[in-house]
Amino acid sequence: MTTDKVRKRQGDTVTPAEGPGRGPGLRPRPRTGRKACDLAVKILSGFFALLALFLLAWILSTVIRRGAIALNWEFFTELPPVAGAEGGGLSNAIIGTLLITALAALMGVPIGMMTGVYLAEFGAHSRIAAPARFVINVLMGTPSIIVGVFVYTFLVLPFGGFSGYAGAVALAILMLPVVARTSEDMLTLVPNTLRESALALGAPRWKVTLGVIFRAARSGLITGVILAVARIAGETAPLLFTALNSPWEVDGLGQPTANLTVTIFQYAMSPYDNWQQIAWGASLLITVFVLVVMLSTRFLLRTRSR
Amino acid sequence: MDRTVIKDIDMAQPVPRNNRTHPLDTRAAREKPDVKISARNLSFFYGQHQALFSNNLDIIRNQVTAVIGPSGCGKSTHLRVYNRIYELYRGHKATGEVLLDSRNILESGTDLIELRRRVGMIFQKPTPFPMSIYENVAYGLRLHYKTSRSELTDRVQEALERAALWDEVKDKLDHPGPALSGGQQQRLCIARAIAVDPEVLLMDEPTSAIDPVATAKIEDLIEDLKVRYTIVIVTHNMQQAARISDYTAFFYQGHIVEYGQTKQIFTKPTQKQTEDYITGRFG
Repeated sequence: MTTDKVRKRQGDTVTPAEGPGRGPGLRPRPRTGRKACDLAVKILSGFFALLALFLLAWILSTVIRRGAIALNWEFFTELPPVAGAEGGGLSNAIIGTLLITALAALMGVPIGMMTGVYLAEFGAHSRIAAPARFVINVLMGTPSIIVGVFVYTFLVLPFGGFSGYAGAVALAILMLPVVARTSEDMLTLVPNTLRESALALGAPRWKVTLGVIFRAARSGLITGVILAVARIAGETAPLLFTALNSPWEVDGLGQPTANLTVTIFQYAMSPYDNWQQIAWGASLLITVFVLVVMLSTRFLLRTRSR
Repeated sequence: MDRTVIKDIDMAQPVPRNNRTHPLDTRAAREKPDVKISARNLSFFYGQHQALFSNNLDIIRNQVTAVIGPSGCGKSTHLRVYNRIYELYRGHKATGEVLLDSRNILESGTDLIELRRRVGMIFQKPTPFPMSIYENVAYGLRLHYKTSRSELTDRVQEALERAALWDEVKDKLDHPGPALSGGQQQRLCIARAIAVDPEVLLMDEPTSAIDPVATAKIEDLIEDLKVRYTIVIVTHNMQQAARISDYTAFFYQGHIVEYGQTKQIFTKPTQKQTEDYITGRFG
């Protein structure tokens, strides 16, 4: 009996067939199911990746096919046609969108970037840092239509009407959290050794930030701004409540201002062929703009890593 | 901030070497003018964690003092008190006194900008700023001095020459600093530090990220620099400490176990721990 016991114990210990690293008494898993499982996951994930690509290609090809017909010289130079008429373009909406977006960036970028600088450089552990980060995250997830309604309540109603300025403010609010977050992230990525060596030379903190850290994070900061611009360029809902739209030339931003996205919204819903055509053209224009912006950020980030 | 017109500084006058006083004889050292930095009862805390325990150390003027010890023993921590760079981080706190030319720099009224002009620092990893070689060296000069463009150019050249880098970069001053090799970057950082005419150079393992040839260059450079500057160097490399330093302090677990002339520390240390570390029995 004793010999049996000993023999049994010996049998429990690791044998070479079980391979290294397995403790005594652990039975290996059967291998048959694993390869099939591996294959199944591969096929499934590959299928959905292809599906995503296919949908993107479908959307892009439709926009290009339908939009390309609408794009001609007149599209960029003329005012919108009346319903059912021939010709005409969206010169006013193109200018309006550019103006509103530029003004929004002018307001949103400095505020957002300064917020990011504070959170990364000066008040990373301060009492307002954590609430500020929380608010930024919430604002980032806020549906843009809510921002539109907010600006409508506080700028459009009290000041007697829709205006491009109100539109720019709405878009600036949407930009702000994106710029603040990316700025903070990009500045945090700059190694502390760089801060230390600039401070060790006797530089005051603000000079370290503006002269050294900003330079080190430059391409990242620019990328953040560009992405934020791309984000707001396609926004419709906040403009619907603020800038609205206009069939006339852009004459200052103090009144309803023509812009591409609301034009798409209105013309695409209309029953008139020529307006729908123009909506496709505007869609292509915005798509190309956002695509170019995205590609330029990739280029920027690539040159940085080199 | 003390903005001095740069040409008034007499940089050509070498300071005579003087090492008559033994550093352990602190009472004598305190009264002698050749103690540049004197740490008195210096303790350091990372939040709740105490990293230095009542360090007393006299750094001798125009000498190279090596700080050695196993990893985590407080060498760098001690060094980083001398220019108060540790204040960048929350919860880091130093107590005691650090006398720079008999004035306590840990006092709250200390002008940090002027302190850091007088006490320069070189880091383990070279940290060229993301700008041209010229701008890297000019950065500190512009911070502290009002200069004309030609003076600035002269100063930049002089600093690069003294950092033994001029010949390698004189034709590409407008190239970005980070594009240089590691060893060149480190000499660029040295040039940048000495351009503002400091009195003390703190070096925190300046050659640990650099190849042997570049290390040899920097070691030669340190030998030249001590004519004008008081140098404190943290090093993991005991041969390096033996080669380049005049005095050596051995740190262990936040305490200064032994401090004395390098020759004495490396040939007949008085403490068992020092001997064990130097002979490679631990650390």
